[in-house]
Parts: sequence; C-alpha cells; structure tokens
Amino acid sequence: MQYLAPTSVDEVVAALAQADGRARVLAGGTDLLVQMKSDMIAPDILVDIKRIPELREITREGGGWRIGAAVSGAEFNEHADICADWPGLAEAFDLIGSTQVQGRCTLAGNLCNASPAADSVPAMVAADAVARVAGPNGTRDVPVVDIPVGPGKTSLAAGEFITSIFLPARAPRSADAYLRFIPRTEMDIAVASAGVSLTLDDDGSCVAARVALGAVAPTVLLVEKATAALIGTRLEGAALAALAQACESAATPIDDKRGTVEFRKQVVGVLARRAARVAQNRAEERA
Amino acid sequence: MSKIHVKTRINGEAAEFLCEPDETLLEALRDRLHLTGTKEGCGSGDCGACSVTVNGRLVASCLMLAAEAEGAEIGTIEGLAKGAELDVLQRKFVEHAALQCGICTPGFLVASKALLEKNPDPTEEEVRYWLAGNLCRCTGYDKIIRAVLDAAAEMRRA
Ligand SMILES: Cc1cc2nc3c(=O)[nH]c(=O)nc-3n(C[C@H](O)[C@H](O)[C@H](O)COP(=O)(O)OP(=O)(O)OC[C@H]3O[C@@H](n4cnc5c(N)ncnc54)[C@H](O)[C@@H]3O)c2cc1C
Ligand code: FES
Ligand code: FES
Repeated sequence: MQYLAPTSVDEVVAALAQADGRARVLAGGTDLLVQMKSDMIAPDILVDIKRIPELREITREGGGWRIGAAVSGAEFNEHADICADWPGLAEAFDLIGSTQVQGRCTLAGNLCNASPAADSVPAMVAADAVARVAGPNGTRDVPVVDIPVGPGKTSLAAGEFITSIFLPARAPRSADAYLRFIPRTEMDIAVASAGVSLTLDDDGSCVAARVALGAVAPTVLLVEKATAALIGTRLEGAALAALAQACESAATPIDDKRGTVEFRKQVVGVLARRAARVAQNRAEERA
Repeated sequence: MSKIHVKTRINGEAAEFLCEPDETLLEALRDRLHLTGTKEGCGSGDCGACSVTVNGRLVASCLMLAAEAEGAEIGTIEGLAKGAELDVLQRKFVEHAALQCGICTPGFLVASKALLEKNPDPTEEEVRYWLAGNLCRCTGYDKIIRAVLDAAAEMRRA
C-alpha cells in the first residue's frame, strides 16, 4: 500500500485518476482504518486530504457556511458561530463516537461511508446542505441527499471526492435539531434518528421545514409529506401527529437485534415530533 | 513496500522513525519507539487504551496512520510525569485506587489530561461524557471519575 499526502485538490484528483479505482480518500480514518484492519477493504493507495489548507477551514460564504472536508467534529463544535446557526447539525456531528473519534471524524467521511445510520447525514439533509465535488471533469455541487445511494454506496463517480459541505444562509427565526434513539447514552449506532430544520414567521407559524430520517431505510430519507404536515401550522398537536404519521409511513426499516420494523417506525415518528419541537423552541429563542 | 520516514515531536522532543504505509501510530509508538505506555485494547477505536494527543487533540492512535504524524506534536502517557514526580492526575489515580489491572489507565490519564487542559473545572457529567470512549473492565468507573474531579480541584487550587 502507498500513502499519499498531497497539498492541493488538483493533486488529489490526479492521484485518484491515476489509481483507477484502487485508491481511497483518507479523512479522519475512523471508518476507513477500521474497515482496512478487518479486511473489509484493501486499497492500494490512501490519499490523505488533511494537508490541503482550504479543506481544513470553516468560512463564511454568501451568508452561509462552507466547511472544508477535513474539518473534524471537535473543530466544528468549537466554532461558536456555526453552532449558533446550526445547533442541530452540531449536536448530530457531536454524537459521532467518543472524544477520540471527534478529534478525527469528518462530515464528508460520515456521508461517504454511506451507513444508513450515519448521524450527521439526516441533520445535513434537513439543513439542505450541498456537497462540493471535485473530479476529473472539474467541480460540481451536489445536494447531500443525493450522495448516498445505498449502504456503503455513493453517487460519486470514479475519481471524484468531496472538498467541502455548504450550509445555506439562515433566515431569521430558523433552527434545527437532531435526535437519535440508542439503547445507551453514548457510543452506539442509531436504531432510528430524525433531523428537523424549520423557519417560523413573525406569528410563529412554520413557513419552511425539512425533515430527514436516519437508520430506517437503505439511505437517509427526506420526507416531503412531513414538510407538508408542518407548513402553515404552529406545530400544534394535530400537526405533530401528522408529522409522526408521515415519518412512520415513509420509513422502511430492517428487523435486527437492535430493533424490529414496528419499533423503528414508531420511534422515528416520536423522534421527528420531538426534534420538531426542539427546533421550534430554538427558532423562537433566536428571534 | 518502501518505508516512510516520519519526523515528529513526542512529548516535546524531536523523534524520527521509519514506518510501513499501513502501520498505525500505535504500532510505531510501541514497536519502533518503544514507548509501550500506550496500550492496545481493541484496535478499532472503541476502548481508548491507545489515547494520545496529536497537536493537542485527543485521538485514538490505533485509528491513525504513523505516516500521518509527520510534523505533528504527539503527547503520550510517557510525557505526564516530570522525572520521578508524578502528574497530579497520576497521583490522584493512585490515591483513589482508580485502577486495578491498569491496562486502561494510560488512556484514561492522557484523556483526562486533555480534558483538564480544555476545561479546568468540569462537572461530573462532563467528565463522564468526555471519558465515554475510555473503557475499563475492572474499576466500575466511579473511582476514576472521583480521581479526575479531585485532580481538577487540586490543580485549580495550585
Ligand atoms: C468508536 C467509533 C464510534 C463511532 N460512532 C459513530 C456514531 O455514533 N455515529 C456515526 O454516524 N458514526 C460513528 N462512527 C463512524 C465514523 O466515525 C463516522 O462515520 C465518521 O464521520 C467518518 O469520518 P472520517 O473522516 O473518519 O472518515 P474516513 O474513515 O476517513 O472515511 C470514510 C469513508 O469515506 C470516504 N471519504 C472520506 N472523506 C471523503 C471525501 N472528502 N470525499 C470522498 N470520500 C471520502 C473514505 O474513502 C471512506 O470510504 C464511529 C466510529 C468509531 C471508530
Ligand atoms: S486500542 Fe485504540 S481505541 Fe482501543
Ligand atoms: S483497571 Fe483494568 S481495565 Fe481498567
């Protein structure tokens, strides 16, 4: 195996092109190294992206935020301004692993590992985040929701990789929240999870909402009927019941030792409802 | 496989080694530099026995390649004591009997040190969350948590 640590995006693109599918991008390595050690994968080349200065930065862009693909969870959560704009994504990112894992894990790594239970992904989808992808044919912007296509599979073409994640500008009275269910309080894989991002008008009515679910389908689910359930309401009982119902029907989970289909469907509805209330409270406090 | 030449600083002193491209930092520390205080519990990021700091950030050295350490400042358990004088945390672990077999102890100490540098006055809950990635099969954790809180209190008085 070869280890490369290029210092520019172009060098990564060139290295991936030359490797012809035998290379892997190395970000925090918290999935990659585990998979290599257990012989699940055996790449010939690892391309470390952490030496590329612009990939390590969080920058303002058109009122939104651009997060370099090598920014770790610990770095993100120390950035007070981005956490104020996106408390839900911050809590989702922070849920990944232990303090030690936080020192290394990245959003793009969580996304490209393409686990259905990846914690930051529903929060990014609720946030309408967009991945910037660099590759042999230049750069393109892809909504985060379109990156995972199945467990362990992404829509990235050969030789492409993510250079940053963009979070759009926040309207006033907007906030997000993320909740997952695990049998313990730390260090576990989501049995079901929900991310909600919403915007309220001056009267407290919901004017925009995105609801995304994790661990209840082969990929993250953006539930459009859940948006419809919230828009124009103040998240009263009936609206929240409709939200939970929409999430339950959208979910197509598996049965395994950590949760049955029935349990996961019910829990994901409850989580969506609670996350919506948390986001609503946060949006009101920001006003 | 051609070896990679890595230059780092470990516990404040320059250190160099040659490593394989797929070798972990944990393996290089233990087998090449003979810094065997850092332990391997699981090798998969779950137990925290291999905790070290890299440029001040707590990481699991079993989930980092040795080659990635190029130019980095590494902190290991060997850097805690000043000669024969134990670090406050080490002293408190002994006083509170916060260890039995001891395999988890270097990881807990390095992780606790990183916590107290960031937050000199953590609550019990903060200590428990910070150390959630450090597993101990012997002590039941309570004595470890008490030792860390006591060390923090003593360091604040100093
Ligand atoms: C102890 C432990 C606990 C964990 N707990 C959780 C948890 O609670 N929730 C959770 O969601 N995950 C968890 N994880 C999994 C893992 O930490 C996360 O998925 C993490 O976000 C992966 O990021 P990384 O930067 O380490 O990715 P890496 O391991 O570097 O990469 C992961 C995959 O994505 C690819 N990749 C990385 N960056 C890019 C890029 N920029 N462009 C294209 N491809 C890329 C890699 O080639 C690889 O296939 C845990 C892992 C461990 C070891
Ligand atoms: S040996 Fe690294 S976390 Fe267990
Ligand atoms: S003292 Fe034995 S594992 Fe902690």
